[in-house]
Amino acid sequence: MPGDTGLREVLSADDVRRALTRIGHEIVERNHGTDGVVLVGLQRGGVWIADELAGVLESIEQAVPVGALDVSFHRDDVGLRPIVPGSVTSIPVSLDGTTVVLVDDVLFTGRTVRAALEALNEYGRPRAVQLAVIIDRGHRELPIRPDYVGKNLPTAGDEDVRVSAAGVVIA
Amino acid sequence: MKHLLSIEDLDASAILRLLELTDHMVEISQRPIPKVPALRGKNVVSLFFEDSTRTRTSFDTAAKRLSADTMNFTVSSSSVNKGESLRDTIETIAAMGVDAFVVRHRSSGAPQMITRWTTASIINAGDGWHQHPTQALLDCYTIRTSLNRRDGFDGLRIAIVGDIKHSRVARSDVQAFTTLGAHVTLVAPPTLLPPCVDDWPVDVSHDLDAVLPDLDVLYLLRVQRERMDDALLPSLREYSTMYGLTTRRAGRLPAHALVMHPGPMNRGVEMVADPGELPGSVILDQVTNGVAVRMAVLFRLLGSGADLGGEAS
Repeated sequence: MPGDTGLREVLSADDVRRALTRIGHEIVERNHGTDGVVLVGLQRGGVWIADELAGVLESIEQAVPVGALDVSFHRDDVGLRPIVPGSVTSIPVSLDGTTVVLVDDVLFTGRTVRAALEALNEYGRPRAVQLAVIIDRGHRELPIRPDYVGKNLPTAGDEDVRVSAAGVVIA
Repeated sequence: MKHLLSIEDLDASAILRLLELTDHMVEISQRPIPKVPALRGKNVVSLFFEDSTRTRTSFDTAAKRLSADTMNFTVSSSSVNKGESLRDTIETIAAMGVDAFVVRHRSSGAPQMITRWTTASIINAGDGWHQHPTQALLDCYTIRTSLNRRDGFDGLRIAIVGDIKHSRVARSDVQAFTTLGAHVTLVAPPTLLPPCVDDWPVDVSHDLDAVLPDLDVLYLLRVQRERMDDALLPSLREYSTMYGLTTRRAGRLPAHALVMHPGPMNRGVEMVADPGELPGSVILDQVTNGVAVRMAVLFRLLGSGADLGGEAS
């Protein structure tokens, strides 16, 4: 943020909004519309983004179901992270036969996404699962890649990338 | 948090955090496949020196939903009957590799004692007249959810009715409810009140009818028939007349008030009305919530270590 020392802005609020609009169009293009598409935001950083994307999809095509997924209990490092209260999973529809677009703020090691894929299994069998992120910062530890990316951002492993509607900063 | 021995060990924020974690467990329990891998590879052993099918089953279900391995150790079929001491029993089972013991024992303080003999976590599932902390937590969760009191029980009026003296549920509930800010009234004949009740942060009444109209929660305790033999009650019928919940009495409760009972119920004694016909009855919710609360306790003890730091992605 301006004036805040130690923070470097990489995307402005407008940039984030434009990236979301573009990703929304890419989702519609890739899936030939929005039939069967379900947006699932990963708790907590991906939830607001899924809501924003839902707004974009509704404006260009039609409304889609939006859910939120808490993967805490599926992580391979479970117990090493605190559970965030209030970040409960809510999946509003059966996922059988749907195309789930997982939505998160930052793609880093890929372990959250792996946990999310496993968690999704318990809600049904989607026809396909796609991944949308605002920032792909590299450093993958698993064979996972995003389908929709706001910005590819090379980072050092110890940097902290923060995404909000106000923009993206590196600390 | 290493053990759960007594509600006394928890302050208000620790209780509220466990109840928040329980929200996650309720969601897991409602999934088509209610199972997560969170405690894979952990071994949870139920050690019940006193019968309690419902509590044992509840813990068992909780452990399985978190993918822990479970072992049941029933005293009747064990070497305790061959004269093995409690300590030897614990050390022997612990040597098989145990992460948590769920202990029910007729002697107050037994779970505390066991913590000295093993490195495993100990969960008190009821010890004598002393404590039954997971019951208190599931009762708190049920009240919090049913009355939508997420931030505590400030100003709630709760009456606990029945055999307070011999009840670990009453002791644990009084501590938990008052810690969260509720105002608790104990209603019982003088013979069924503990001698030290003056030190408890509660009011005492012998008149249920006078208390009813102001309540948010009416909590009935089971009257144990063996108390008749101890000559603490003249007759079950007299108890029922004075303290049993009849349909008429239930009508004196405010419309929003909850009726709770830890089970098993004595129909026709403390529960005269049909609980299925009491609009405020959340007795089956208590049972459902029991599994989720025990999942939260197991996860807090076995699953949550230090924070790794960094991003979650």
